[in-house]
This record gives sequence, C-alpha cells and structure tokens, in this order.
Amino acid sequence: MNRLEELFTRKQSRILNVYCTAGYPQLDSTVKVMKTLQENGADLIELGMPYSDPLADGPVIQASGSKALENGMSIEVLFQQLKDFRKEIYVPVILMGYMNPVLQFGFEKFCQYCADAPIDGLILPDLPEYEYETEYGEIIQRYGLDFIFLVTPETSEERIRKLDSLSRGFLYAVSSSSITGSDQDFSAVETYLERLQKMKLKNPILVGFGIKDKHTFDMACSYANGAIIGSAYIKAIEDANDVETATKTFLDTILI
Amino acid sequence: MINITTPLNKGTYKQPNIYGYYGNYGGAYIPEMLHRNVEELRTRYLEIMYDDAFQKEYKDLLRDYVGRPTPLYLAKRLSKLHNTNIYLKREDLNHTGAHKINNTVGQILLALKLGKKRIIAETGAGQHGVATATVCALKGIECVVYMGSKDIERQAPNVARMKMLGAKVVPATSGSQTLKDATNEAIRGWINDPLDTHYIIGSVVGPHPYPDMVARFQSIISEETRWQLKEKTGSELPTHVMACVGGGSNAAGMFYHYLDELSVQLVAVEAAGHGVNSGMSAATTQLGKPGILHGSKSLVMQTADGQVVEPHSISAGLDYPGVGPLHAHLYESGRGTFLSATDDESLKAAFELAQLEGIIPALESAHALAALHQMKFKTSDQVVICLSGRGDKDLATYMKVMEGNVM
Repeated sequence: MNRLEELFTRKQSRILNVYCTAGYPQLDSTVKVMKTLQENGADLIELGMPYSDPLADGPVIQASGSKALENGMSIEVLFQQLKDFRKEIYVPVILMGYMNPVLQFGFEKFCQYCADAPIDGLILPDLPEYEYETEYGEIIQRYGLDFIFLVTPETSEERIRKLDSLSRGFLYAVSSSSITGSDQDFSAVETYLERLQKMKLKNPILVGFGIKDKHTFDMACSYANGAIIGSAYIKAIEDANDVETATKTFLDTILI
Repeated sequence: MINITTPLNKGTYKQPNIYGYYGNYGGAYIPEMLHRNVEELRTRYLEIMYDDAFQKEYKDLLRDYVGRPTPLYLAKRLSKLHNTNIYLKREDLNHTGAHKINNTVGQILLALKLGKKRIIAETGAGQHGVATATVCALKGIECVVYMGSKDIERQAPNVARMKMLGAKVVPATSGSQTLKDATNEAIRGWINDPLDTHYIIGSVVGPHPYPDMVARFQSIISEETRWQLKEKTGSELPTHVMACVGGGSNAAGMFYHYLDELSVQLVAVEAAGHGVNSGMSAATTQLGKPGILHGSKSLVMQTADGQVVEPHSISAGLDYPGVGPLHAHLYESGRGTFLSATDDESLKAAFELAQLEGIIPALESAHALAALHQMKFKTSDQVVICLSGRGDKDLATYMKVMEGNVM
C-alpha cells in the first residue's frame, strides 16, 4: 500500500492538501516548508515544479514560480533536495508541473527519480488523456507512481468517468473553470460538487482552486474527501519573515 | 466540398491526424479546463468551414471587405538584381495591411456559428490584434486583446488602432511581457471565461485544431497564387515559394497548396536577430529542441532545464520562441528549406525593395526578401515570395535607420 492509499484508507474526510512551490521562498527551503506543513496539519503535499509558462496557474503561484526559478530551482536541483527527504517527511507528496521541463529532463528518468525519492504521485495538467493512454501512462505506472487527472464543472459525465478510471490516488475536482486563486460564486460550485458526489466514483475527490479559508475548505469537505489550498497559502508566506510561524498561523485558521 | 476525412496515421503535410499530429509534432497539450472548448472546435471546425453557405460568406467578405484577390506582381527590377523571375504575393494590400485578416475573418464567422458572444486574441506587434478588433467591429462583438506590456509601449499606433476599433487591450505583465506572455494570458483568459468566448489565435500554433484551422484560412494565399501564376506563366507551379516564419501563418498559407507538389521548393525564413548563435535570435528550428509550448508539441527555444527562453528579433511578429507544428514537421522531414536572416540583412532588404519596386515591406516580410541573397537561382526559375505585410507599422524603425545613415 503506498502512502496515498494508506492516507485515504485511514482518513476519508477533511483531507487537507497544501500546495507549495519548490525553491520558494528560498532555494533550499523546499523540505523545510514541507516539514512545517506536515507538522501543522497538512495530510498531503502538492509540490509545484516551477515553469516559465504555467498556463493553469494564477498570478500568485506564477510569481512564486518566477521567484523559485530566479533562486535557481530546476528538476535536477529539486531531486538533489529530495535525496534524504523521507527521513523527515512521512506524508504523501505529489509533484505538480508542466510537461515541457519534464520532457527535457527525460520522462522516464523523471519517473525513475520520483520512484527513488520516493514521490507518491504526479499532476501534469497539460498531459492530456490521449497522450497518457498512448505513451506516458505506461511509464508512470511502471514506476509505481499515481497519476491524478483534473475534472471541471464543464467536464461531461462520460468524461468524468473515463478520467476517474485513468486516475490513481485521487481525482482533482477543479472547483470552477478558472485558474487558481480566483474568487467565485460558490453556489454553482456546490451544485457541481454534489453532482460529483452522487456519481460514486472510484477515486477519492479533492477539491482545488478557490479554496482559501476555513469557510471554503469546510464547504468543499462537505461534498468531497478534502481540498487543496494553493494560492492562499503562498500568499500567507510570501512576505513572512518566519515561514514556520506564518504556516502555523495560516493552517490554524483553516483547521480550527 | 473538399475531402474532410482526417487520417488516423501520422498525418500528411496538408492534414494532421485526428489528434493533430504532423509527423512527430502537434497534439493538444491543454489543461482540462480548456478541454470542452477545444474539443468543440476539433469536432466541428471542418464541418463548419466547408459548409457551402459558410464558404460563400467567407469568400464574399474576402473579396468585398478585405480586397482579395491580392495581386501577384512580377517584380522586374528585383528579378533583374537576382537574375531570375520573382513574383510578390501582395498580402500587404489586404485591409489592415497584412495577411492576418484572412484568418480573423474566417474565425469570427466560425465563432458566430458556434454561438460565441465574445472574442479574445493575443498579439505581438499588434497586426493580429488589429485584424481581430477589425472583424469584431464588423460583426459587433466584444473584443479583448492581450498584449505584452513591453509591446504596448513599442507598438503605440497599433494599440491606438485597436482601441479606436472598440477593442479592450489588456497588458500582459507576466514573464517577459511580450508575445509569448500575451499568449499565456489569452489562454488563462479563456480558462477563466470559457463558455461564451472564442479565442482567435493568430498563427499556426496552439492546440489542435488551431494549427490546421489557421493554415486552412490562410491557404487562400496559395490558392490564388496557383491560378494567378498560371495566367502569367502558363503553369500553376513555381520553382520556389518563400515566406518568413515566426509562428508561421503566412508561410503556411503560402505553402499550403504546394505542400504536395514536390517539384516546388518551400523556403521558410526565420529571424536570426543579431545572428543565429548570438544569444539574441528567434531562429527556432536552428536553436529549438522538441518541447511543448502553448498547447502543442513542436520545436521550442528553451534552456537545458526546459524553461522557455525569450527570443530576439527586430521584427515583433517573428519574435516568438516556438514555431507551428506543421513547420517543425517540414523542417524535420526535409520537405522545407529553412533559412534565417539577421536584423541588419532584413533592414537592408526592406530599403532595397522600397527603392527597387516602390513597396515598403513590413519588417517580417523583409526577412523573406533578405533570404533571396542566400539562394542560387537559375534564370528560368519562377520564385514567389509572400509579401505578408506593409511597412507602415515599422516606420519608426526605418526612420531610425535613416537618421543613423546606416543605409
């Protein structure tokens, strides 16, 4: 049983997944930030690999990625930082990033390094299911990595079922058809999450995009197994002198 | 009606396979948030485009509004200089001053058929933005154009034109604040507002079906060239067709009806900037590696870590770190000949055309003209160059050259 399965077996509700950017705020703060998240209630960590052209990210995460790249972050550097990280980090960690840097690193080599770290799963939002099925999925599975697809309020039921069948770990329910960090009307979101809940999918569902405080986290958790906080967390630590205190303060307001 | 079945294999030069691949390049590497829109377009574009009523409306607008057919002009003094026969396909004479409008007229009609109520677009130099704002005014549709904040500063007249046409110009302040980032912002804008919005991409880039759709709308260039050349020479086939390539839309249009005519040499000219190996260049096929940018797999200028780099060209329209997947395939398969021209060579070629033929070309088109000097022609050759745009927008650059007495 891998760490994600173990987590979802042990806990079916109010799972808190927090996104952080590798190499942010400092190049070598990656593991320290993850440790702080783990100590303050994160059940699962989504670690973002910065990219020059992150199409599916909003301004806050874009800015953290630019800063991380300025700091010198790359996939090569990230895997050096992850060499002994399992001595400290026991929660599941999934890597989120875009296809281009992964292809340059070498897709199979990337999966192998993930398995060695070990990383538990991957989110590559610009890897479509056709390419997954014909080329990349087999490699991902060969290295024992989970792969998480996204669904949105615009995704048809038939397609949701297909993406659910391809996903392993959990299914990422984008709360609205919008990029991360945007504000939105949550009543439409509730209708959509209710629809997902009724579909009785194979995977646990975590809701992401627009989850920024206790209210939105609680709302998402009332329909799904948990939620993902990204921009709001990055915002909470972006000007902080002490990331540990800022993380604790922020997560306390969510989990109170 | 033309044959609209799509091949399941690796695709042809003229037609990608159903997943949008030309050989190894293409596809639709998009986040799920765009899936519905792109899938709707993929399943419907050919059926809409080749509907008889659509074709009639499109062709009528091209004739009565855009001013087509554009002339195919035998440039005698330029021909004499190169000791061959050089024809200029005068896309500079289109309404709004470039080939870009061939595509925006087509896409606005398609957007209306899809029931869309709002248009977004990206622009670099502003030519595609102006062409989009123009057709939106024509059809009374809301128009938002994303433009890098650096380009907004350096292309003030086109920003003013878009605003006068009623479009909203949104500055892209992320990354390098040029065309690449304007495209990112347009895609994000589409993700945020997917339901009633159509995204008019200006080049043969982006996720499938955009490269194919834009190439088909621009293919009017070579469709006309064939019969025009036949009138003048008795043959539809020249020996060479030449065009500049940034993303590659005018080249795709100029090459399209010659892709399967293997006797015709296809010459694509990229922007070398200060020189291909100067670190200040936009010659993507020379400097790029296979990668994914703006939703398709193609050649991409990038670092060893896979971060996309900012190119350089004096011509904002060629200042792009990628190239359409069709062109990547033409390059890799050897079907296309890829040359490059530097900033200086292109400026020189612009003044040469102005003074030999009385035509001031856009800086983009001047790259294709500059490459004439790298070719070895026979006196019997028939060469067609796509003069993709006129030089009005580049006058400030040309004035600087004259003030500096460079020429």
